[in-house]
Formats: sequence, structure tokens, C-alpha cells
Amino acid sequence: MAERERIVGIDLGTTNSLVAYMEADGPVVIPSEDGTRLVPSVVALTADGAAVGNAARKTLVERPQDAVYSAKRLMGRGVEDVQEELKLFPFRLAKDSVPGGVLRLQLRDRELTPPEISAYILQQLKRNAERYFGGAVTKAVVTVPAYFNDAQRQATKDAGRIAGLEVLRLVNEPTAAALAYGLDRNHEGTVAVYDFGGGTFDVSILKLSDGIFEVIATSGDTHLGGDDLDNLLLSVALDDIAGDMKIDVRRSPEAVQRLRNAVIDAKIALSSGDDAEISVELPGGQRYQRTITREQFEELAEPVFQRTADPCRQAMKDAGLKPEQIDEVVLVGGSTRIPRVRTLVDDVFQLSERGKKPHTEMNPDEVVALGAAVQAHILSGGSTVTEDMLLLDVTPLSLGIEALGGVVAKIIQRNSTVPASATEHFTTGVEGQTNVAIHVVQGERELAADCRSLARFDLKGIPPMVAGLPRIEVKFLIDANGILHVSAREQRSGKEAEIEVKPTYGLTDDQVETMILESFDYAEDDFRKRQGIEARLEAEKLLELVTKAPSDPAWKKLDATEIASIAESKAELEKLKDSDDYKAIRATMEVLDKATRRFAELMMDDAVGGAMRGQTMTEAGEHLGDGPTAPHPFAPAEIEER
Amino acid sequence: MHAGREFASESEMTQTQLQSAGVVCWACGAEHAAGAPVCPTCHKVQQHAAGTDYFTALGLPRLLQIDVAALEKQFYRLSRRLHPDLYATAGEEQQQWSTEQSSLLNDAYRTLKDPVERTRYLLQLEGASVEEESEKDRAAAKASGKAREQKVPPDLLEEVFELNMQLEELRMDSEDADLKQQLLVARNGFTAQLAACDDQLRHLWQQWDAAWQSQDESGKSAAKDKLVALLNRRNYIRNLVRDVNEALGE
Repeated sequence: MAERERIVGIDLGTTNSLVAYMEADGPVVIPSEDGTRLVPSVVALTADGAAVGNAARKTLVERPQDAVYSAKRLMGRGVEDVQEELKLFPFRLAKDSVPGGVLRLQLRDRELTPPEISAYILQQLKRNAERYFGGAVTKAVVTVPAYFNDAQRQATKDAGRIAGLEVLRLVNEPTAAALAYGLDRNHEGTVAVYDFGGGTFDVSILKLSDGIFEVIATSGDTHLGGDDLDNLLLSVALDDIAGDMKIDVRRSPEAVQRLRNAVIDAKIALSSGDDAEISVELPGGQRYQRTITREQFEELAEPVFQRTADPCRQAMKDAGLKPEQIDEVVLVGGSTRIPRVRTLVDDVFQLSERGKKPHTEMNPDEVVALGAAVQAHILSGGSTVTEDMLLLDVTPLSLGIEALGGVVAKIIQRNSTVPASATEHFTTGVEGQTNVAIHVVQGERELAADCRSLARFDLKGIPPMVAGLPRIEVKFLIDANGILHVSAREQRSGKEAEIEVKPTYGLTDDQVETMILESFDYAEDDFRKRQGIEARLEAEKLLELVTKAPSDPAWKKLDATEIASIAESKAELEKLKDSDDYKAIRATMEVLDKATRRFAELMMDDAVGGAMRGQTMTEAGEHLGDGPTAPHPFAPAEIEER
Repeated sequence: MHAGREFASESEMTQTQLQSAGVVCWACGAEHAAGAPVCPTCHKVQQHAAGTDYFTALGLPRLLQIDVAALEKQFYRLSRRLHPDLYATAGEEQQQWSTEQSSLLNDAYRTLKDPVERTRYLLQLEGASVEEESEKDRAAAKASGKAREQKVPPDLLEEVFELNMQLEELRMDSEDADLKQQLLVARNGFTAQLAACDDQLRHLWQQWDAAWQSQDESGKSAAKDKLVALLNRRNYIRNLVRDVNEALGE
């Protein structure tokens, strides 16, 4: 059998991202170079290029305008529908942003789309995996919130492409978690997955039967998560500071970021302790200090917690199930560590009154990535561990077409198993009409304006006929990733209609293509920078040797021309070494090396009796450093390599 | 419900239902009947044949009494052969076929497991048209505020007339508790009629299945007419219940 393709599982989270892989005895999280398992979903641009994760967090505190976090909240969204986010998060839109245009963020001196920002995170995870395997990784399964719409899914897939990863499958996060839990138990029955993460909330109800994981219903809110709790605490702190201390720090991104970090720490502490201390030094040297009790926090955050209850009830209703028919509940996402969230889950699913407890055995931060690794393994052909395991997922939102009067005609209902399809027939309203405009939306509301616009496109090239005579068959297909595909055919003339699906908010294929090229350009750029640094270090080493040369007895044997030519190329190299032009540096080093060749030979003669004739300066230096037979002032210093 | 009926296996499907021209499996070269979702020999996904109906997709005869538990098993079994996850690293063509075959299978299962959808689908396959207002019509009617034009079943005329009066009154005085109570009673009445429709539906399924199995064309035709009338009636009552619920804000 051909070597199995290495497919990794990636959880591209709002707060943290992880990469995992299915080893023989189960899925494992692949650690970063620094040993940590979670890569904070923070991207920073620095003088040396992009930094991701812990490396970017430093920038986030020192120069917040050069870093971005929680970019997942912006995936697949347009300029006009992120206004709320902009109030709560320090996202800076590019200056020329206009409603209807592609959303871009200003980061240092660049403008980046959310898929490009996510691509940096994916690229980092890809590198981590490549280091782990010692080989290339080009394919991945990436998880998305179950409640992500078509545009958000497409944006995630685009991010993969920009990062050089082929996304073989987008898996819904709660479903991935169920897969991870499903591995070590042979369960049958109905399971609810409650996934309350950093920025999104999902609930999915699955039926487990004989290895089949069939999602029956899913619901959620793609803008509800731990971030919202942080924002509540942050606004309390800012109000305190403005009120009691009479300082307005809202205009200071550094201070706000420091406060944000402090309230996050406090929120985490309140999951185990009864109170937590917030203590932050403000610009001007004053210190903000307050204690927050768990009770205060719970009262403040209760409306946020309550927002998770309705989707749970909706999912049960859609599944045709009552709480007592849910056999098990699995908790996923960091926010499920909060005690009040656990009691809420207990209430909604009537757990303790039935003598049940939710499942929390697996680390809620890691379980989604582990499940993604399981799915990746299944896609690569599976093994006895995953034998007979199959995931049947659903589309979270109804798909519809805008009909007369701006109302939505639903053509694929939410919670339909994917792939799912629908065929609709359209005709013309005017004699000789050759185009028909179609507006596809996603959502549950009755008016198209209240739903998420996915695409507007024209059925073109309809043969001119009497109004109402053309019969255009349009096939809508939602694939296993939850992404829509459209094809059309004019049936009366048998003519295949030309169809152009223009995503309302997404990037076009061409745009994605240029982003990939750009990232290659940057790779090239990175390469050039690294070459420049290496050349400079070597040049400095050589110059140091040459500078010391006149103190060697062999120097006196050189004639004036030789000394002049050494001095000339030495001066040239000194001038060049700090430039970015590594090629010129190397060329000059060569010239200098040649000019000092005779001196190196003479020096060798003195040192080791001519054994190393024909060597250049650099080579001589290298050999001289080799062992005790070469005691020489020119021996290079030991380079400490770690 | 006749629970004992066996579902056709893949090889039976190809023999009993798909006796059209044979095709050659792209993967193993074995010949099989056109329209089979997977090759009966090597179990690889086949190119999607246009116009495959939902019964065929699930390997079922056109009968209305279906054992839903067995249907689910059949759905799972075929999913294990057709799902795109099994072709994730295969060629683009196979991925495409698997997506198309899977979507057909999923659409078929979704439709056939629901009693009313199943009946409506079969009637449509058999050339009868059910007076189902489309989602589009309903939405458009709602937006324009125009009443939907539907034939009122004669025996309901009186009740519907009264209900419409009550709904109209409620629109003028949305806080009238008595009126709300009357509407609740009316709704319960219609809900009971809806349940009666479902009982009748199961009865008519038997008629259709018996006629189909004995190839009794006039029996089939009679059952079809009764089913169409019943579904129209059911549809009408369901809309009434929905209207009352909406008026009551439920």
C-alpha cells in the first residue's frame, strides 16, 4: 500500500488554535516549538515579519496596533455587519473601507483580510506539524463552529489555501468533539454537545448508532463566547477608572489591553475561587485595583449565560426531543469551566434530576482538535480504531431564494443532512428576456433583508422567448463542508446557461490566488532577510580575522600591492556588510578571501609547516579551529549553537 | 405497519429495479445495471444517473408503508459506501460523484422517512399533483397581505368561516381573552382533525400498496385520487392551525 497521506486536524479557534494528529494509539496534540499545546490566535506584524501565538502576545501588549486577536469573529463578514464588533474589539479597519467592500484590517503597514490573518495562524500550525513529523504537511481537516454560514466556511477554506494547506474537510466543532469522545466508548444513544468557546457558541444533538455519528439538529450563535464575558468585565473596569479615578484610558490601547489581560485572568480565577483581584498599573503610574466576587461576576454575566439556553431548547425542539431523551451531554470550550455555565447546562438538560453528569473527562480546550485528528484519520482511509465510524452532519441554516416582495422561499431546510440539494425552476417575466437575477440567502427569517446574503447572480444567455416560456433549472447543492454550489440549465433549448456566482462578501478565487502569491513573496522576502543576516555574520567574522592579521608574523612577508588590495576589499566589505544585499556581501567576501589567500598560506606555513597549502583564509580559519594541532590566534571563536 | 418487508441489497437493487441498459464499473470493470449508486462488485461509487428517483436511490419499491427503522439501517448502509468522507483523497471525478450520490441519498431519506412528504413525493412521481402551495407562494402571499387562494373542503366551510371572523376580531382587539379562548378551542378541534387525517393516510397507504403489488391499475388510480384529496385537506387544516397559532403569537 502506498504511504498514507499525512492529514492533520486543526482547531482554528477564536482564542486559541491547535493542531493534532492521530497516532497509532489515539489522537495527540502537536506542541509548538516552545512546548506549549495551545497557540494563542494572535497575529502580530513586526520588523522581522509576522509573529503568531505567544510570540505575538508581547507585541499585543506593547504595540496593540501591530497585533490582532479574535479575528475569527470577522471571518466571512462584510464591513457593514461588523459595526458591533468594532465597538467591543480593537479592530482597526483599513482607511478606505466601504460598506459592501472586502473587509480589511490595518495592521502595522499592511492591510489584511480576516482569511489572511487566519492563514498566518494556520501556517504556524502547519510549521509546528512539519517540525513534529520532519516532513511536509499539505492537507488538513479544519474545524468551524457548527453555526457558521456559507460565507464564514468559505473564508475558512480560503485561509487554508492562503496558508498552503488543502482543507479536505471543514468539520463542525461540536461534532468533532463528539468524535473524540466517541473513540474510547462504544456508545449508542442521543448526545448533546454544548460548545461554549472564546467567541462562538454551538449546540449539536447527535444520534450515535453502530459507529454512525448522525447529527439530528444544531443551533448556536457565532458571536457569543468568553470574549463577551471579558468585555463585560472590561467595561466595569473602565467605568470604575473613569468614575472613581477620573482617568479615561479608553483612548490608550496599551492600557485597555493590559486591563483586558487582567480581567481575563480574574475571570479564569473565578472558576475556582470565590473572588479575584484585578490590579493594573495605568498610564501615569496610578494603579487600578479592585476585587470581584464570583457572585458579582455571575450576576453581571447571567444575560450572556442565558443566551446559550435558547439555542439548546431550539435544537431539542428541532430534533423532536425532550430534555429527558438526551442520554448524555458533553461540555466543550474553555467557557464551560465556569461553574454557573455548568449549572445552567444541568438545568436545561435536566441532568442532576436524572442522576446524570455532563462529560468533562477530556480537556475542553483540546477535544475539538483531537476530534479533527480523528476525522482526518478517517479521511485518509481509517484503521481498525476508526473502523465503521462515519460522520453525518447537517447544514445549520436554511437556504432560500429571494422571491417577489423580498420574501424568502426556503429550498433547503436547516438541519438537513449534507450533502443536500434542491432543484428550482425559474422563468422569464418579459418577452425576449435573456437574464434572470437570483439572490440566494441563508437564515431563518422571512424577509431576505433579514437573512444572510450569500450570493447574487445572473442566469445569463437565456435564448429569447415569449415571457414565461424558458424553463431554467437551477441546482443548489450544499457539500459535506456546508458550502454551496450552484449550477443551471435552460431546459427548453437544452442550452447550458452561463452562470456566475458572485459571493456577496467572500473573496473571489482570483483574490485568494493573489494572496497565495503574496505569501510566497513574503516567504521569498523572509528568505532574503535570513540570507542577509547570515552573510553579515560571516562577513563580520572574516573582517575580524583580517583586522587582526597585521599582528601576525606572516603579514610582514606580504608586499605593498598585496596589503593595498586587502585593505581595499576590506573597506568595501565593511561598507557593504550592513546592507540587505547578501549577494553583494558574498561577492565582496570572495574578493577579500582571494586577496588574503597568500597571507593565509604563509600563516599556515608558519603554523603547521605547509601542510595546508592552497587553502583560503576562511577555510584555514575553519581548519585551524578543528583541534589542538592548530594553535593559532586566527582560530574562530566557538559559536554557541543552541 | 408491515415491519417485515426486506430492503433490497445492492445486488438485488441492480437486478430487480434497474433492468435498463448495463454499464461498466469504472473501477473494477464489472458490468452492472445503470443507475446503481455503487458497483455491486467492488462497492465503488458510480456516476450519478440523472432522474434517479428517491425510492430507487434507497432500493425500495414504490410502496407507502415503510418500516422507518429498516429505512434508517438502509440509509446508514448506503452512507457507508457513498459518503464524500470515503472519497476525500480520491480523484476529483469520484469526489463529485460521491457528493451527488450522497446528496440524492440524503434528500431521499429525508423525504421518505416523513409520512406526509413520502406520500406527496410518490403522488408526484405517479403524475398526480397535490395542491400544495409552495413556500414561495406562501411567503409571497404573506408579504402582500393577500389571502391565499385555496379550495376549502366543503365540510369545513362553516367552521372556516367562523374562524376567519374570529381571527379578524382578534386583529382589532388583540387582548380579548374570551376570543382567545374560543380560538384555542377551535385550534384544538382542527388539531384533532389533523390527527384523523393521519389515521386515514395510513389506511390509504394500505390501499395503494395492495393495488401496486397486484398491479391493479384501477385500484392504484382510485387510491391515488383519495390520497390527493386527503393531502389537500390535511394541508388546508395544517395552514389553519398555523394561522391560529400565529394570531395567538405562538
